[in-house]
This record gives sequence, structure tokens and C-alpha cells, in this order.
Amino acid sequence: MNKKAVVLKCLKGVFIGFVLLLLYAPILVLAVYSFNSTNTIGMWGEFSFKHYAKLFGDSAILGMIGNTLLLALVAALLSTVLGTAGALGMFYYKKKAKTVLNGVSQIPIINAEIVTALALAIMFVSIGIGKSYFTLLIGHMVICTPFVVLSVTPKLKQMDNSLYEAALDLGASPAKALFKVVLPQIIPGVISGFMLAVTLSLDDYIVTSYTKPSTFNTISTYVYNATMKGNAHTAEVLSSFWALTTIIFVVILAIVLGANLKGIKRKERKK
Amino acid sequence: MRLRFSRKALCIPYVVFLLFFVILPMLTIVYYAFTDQNNHISFLNFINFFSDPTKLSTIVYSIVIAIITTVITLLIAYPVAYILARSSMKKKYVILLLFITPMWINFVLRVNAIRELLNWIGILGEANYFNTILGMVYDFLPFMILPLYTTMQKIDGSLYEASADLGAGAATTFLRVTLPLSMPGVLSGITMVFLPSMTNYVVSDMLGNSKVTIIGKFIETYFGTDWHMGSMIALILLIVVFLSTLLTGGFKSEENARGANL
Repeated sequence: MNKKAVVLKCLKGVFIGFVLLLLYAPILVLAVYSFNSTNTIGMWGEFSFKHYAKLFGDSAILGMIGNTLLLALVAALLSTVLGTAGALGMFYYKKKAKTVLNGVSQIPIINAEIVTALALAIMFVSIGIGKSYFTLLIGHMVICTPFVVLSVTPKLKQMDNSLYEAALDLGASPAKALFKVVLPQIIPGVISGFMLAVTLSLDDYIVTSYTKPSTFNTISTYVYNATMKGNAHTAEVLSSFWALTTIIFVVILAIVLGANLKGIKRKERKK
Repeated sequence: MRLRFSRKALCIPYVVFLLFFVILPMLTIVYYAFTDQNNHISFLNFINFFSDPTKLSTIVYSIVIAIITTVITLLIAYPVAYILARSSMKKKYVILLLFITPMWINFVLRVNAIRELLNWIGILGEANYFNTILGMVYDFLPFMILPLYTTMQKIDGSLYEASADLGAGAATTFLRVTLPLSMPGVLSGITMVFLPSMTNYVVSDMLGNSKVTIIGKFIETYFGTDWHMGSMIALILLIVVFLSTLLTGGFKSEENARGANL
């Protein structure tokens, strides 16, 4: 390798490192100051678990975190069942009907979230349904289910259709053939659809704020409201979010890197 | 008579769901957009929207912010994706993952992290437009990197060699091989960043000190006061989004948001 190539390679590495550093800077700063005794970033008091103690001692915040997780699980589970069944049924439709259905299914994906949220909220009020856990769940299912359909459909296309026919010929009932033959072939798509639905639901602010009952909060709406209020009390609350952000960051990093590195190793072993 | 089991029937719950919670809400905003306070059919919302300079200037502001955000995001993401896609490094997959990982942290918490950082530096509330754009670039960067990387990864490496063998320099190869072949990724990255930067008002509210009004916030403020005008703006946005989706060739599932199929 000549000198120019070496310099170029170093420059590339520096650039990638620099962008990564910028990307992680805000989170890393919060992580460092989450172990600090003051409520102000940039003002180091002493090392302390104060913010963590506050986070785990505040039943309102803990309840809100529990709400968020439960809602994400329920919404993702329902979306996965609805979306998988939908993708399966759609797969056997005639071409024209399939195209129309697929188009409608993609509306919430393409649409701006605020439009989806506004339309749902106005519709619920117009037909006299008050905001409740039900409307919130529907709101989350509207944003999650199309993504489940999107991740199941490619697996259906790869599926060997003759296996289903063979199962029927060998005397399996259609329902049994579906569960024992079709489902195992599309399960990776179903699982990734479910995971996607969980993250979409956990992340959502706009649809949540339009469909939730006023007393219910998720992490997103809680942090947004606390930040926008901006008084002395919120400084206390906000600093406990540093601890929350740090915990979430560490968990996510462990899951994402752990799961994927394992996957890579398995692939390498196969080779 | 026993009803014959049909696989198509599996779709029925989803079709009903789409009818009630996707189609019906859309029809509701169409209804509100073209009626007045007395529920009479009216085109006044439409006319008012296009004849009110304050409304139009808000829209223009919002579009300019979105364009700047998208361009900066593209300028950062393109070299990142290019370097990673062409690198022969064994662990490049891990580095790509590091770029995607922040997407899994709660969106509002991430915005809050930037807010705290800006507050520390001392420009929170001082440079509202700058902060908003910075926050959007930061938050939407992974959405740009992912489709770019996916597209570039598919480019056949021998094309670069062929280009060099035929006497093209690095610049020519980039302009005539890399750039045209990565265009699908550029387009889907742009659609994935442009729309949220016009409509996701969480960033502009939390970082712009509530002084920056983008289209999404605009619709939100009308939700409290005038559903008819709010619906009209939402409808116009909807139509623009669908036209641009048609133009850019639709949503590609393999360049799925959040790297679900990574």
C-alpha cells in the first residue's frame, strides 16, 4: 500500500469515528452526569447514585414506565396476530384486490404521523368514542400493524407453497396445515414484525398524545410534558430521566450488539 | 351447511380494521376539510389556506427547514454509508450497528439528551432554528444511513474495477458509477427524513423553545381551535405526501425503517 492510500484510510476512519462521537455525545454526557449529585449538567458535585435512587423511588415514574412497557407488549402482540393473519390472507388474494389492500395497508407507513393522529382523534370524537385505553391501543395498532404485514409478506413469497398442498393431501385440516406447515416457514418475519412493533410503540409520541386518556402517560408523553412545563420542580424530575436514559441505553446496546454478534458468529461457524 | 375454510378469510379482521381505523379517519378529515362550522359544504378552508400569507409563510419556513435538514443529513450520511459499504473490514457490520443503535432509544429521551447538552453549552433558547435543525439531523441520521448503505452494498464491486481499468479517475468513477447506482437509496433516504422534518414537532418544540412552528405543529395548534382548517392542512399534506411517494416509486420494504431486515 502506498502512502496516499494509508492517509486516505486514516481519514476515513477519523471521519467515521467523528460522526459516531457526535451521535453518542449527548447520551454519553447524560450517562456521565447521571452519576453526579447536582441537577445541572456541567456542574459536577460528587459521585452519587442520587438520580437512580430518585428514579426507583418515584412510584409515579415507575408506574409510567410499566404502562409504557405493557402497552408496547399488548399493542405489538395484537398487531402481530392481526398483521400476520392479514398478510397470509392477502397473499392468496387476486392481484387487483391484493394491490388495493396493500396500498391501503401502507397508508399509515407513508403518512405523516400527525395526520394519522389527527384523523384518528377527530374520528373517535365524531362517532362519540371518548379517549380511553382502547383508543390508545387502536392508535398504536394503526402504526404497528402495517409494519408487521411488511415484514411477513417477503417470507410468504419465499415460502414453498406445495408443502401446504402436500399437508392437505396427507389429510391435515387446513387449520392444522396452516399452523404446522405455513407458520414455521414465515416465523422469522413474524418475529421481526413483532420486535419492530414493540420499538415503534415504545418510541411513539404523536399518536399517543392524540389518543391517550388524559391521566395516562408513557415515557414519551411524560418526558415531553415535563420538559415543556419547565419550572423548578421539573429540574428534579428531568435529572431522574438521565438515569432512565442511561439504563435504557445500556440495555439497548447490550441487546442489539449481543444479539447481532451472536448471529454473526453463528453464520461464520456455518461457513 | 358447514362454511368452507378459506385462507383468504384470514384477512377479514385486518380488512375490517383498515376500514374502521385507516379509511374512516381519512374520510373524516376530508369531511371536516370541506365543511364549515355549521356543517355545510364549503371551500372556504381551501381558499383561506391559500390566501393567508401567515399560513403560507409558515409552510414555506417549514419546507426550508426540512430541506436544510435533509441536505445536511445526506451530506453526513452519504460518506458514512459509502466508506462502510466499500470497506473490506471484517467488523464493519458492528460499526453500522453502532450508527443504528440510537434509534432504539426512546425518541423523546434522545431529544431531551440533546436539549440538556445544548443547555450546557448555553445556546438553548438562543439559536432556535439552529437547535431545531441540529436535533433533527441528529435524530434522523440513521434513517438516511440505512437505505444508502443497503443500496451501496448491492453495487457490484467489479464495476469499480472496470471503471478504473477503462481509465476513469476516482472522481469520474464516483460521478458515473457510484452516484447513479446509489440514487434509489438517496431517494428513499430523502423521503424518510424530509417528511418527519416537516411534521415531527417534538424536536422543534423541545429544542426550538416553542418558537419554531413547522407544519406538524401548525396542524396541532388547529386541533385545539378549528378542526376544519386543521383537517384541510392535514389533507393537503396527505396529498403532497402521496404524490411524492408515487414520484419516488413507492415505499421499499427492504429499506425498512429501523433496520428491521438488517
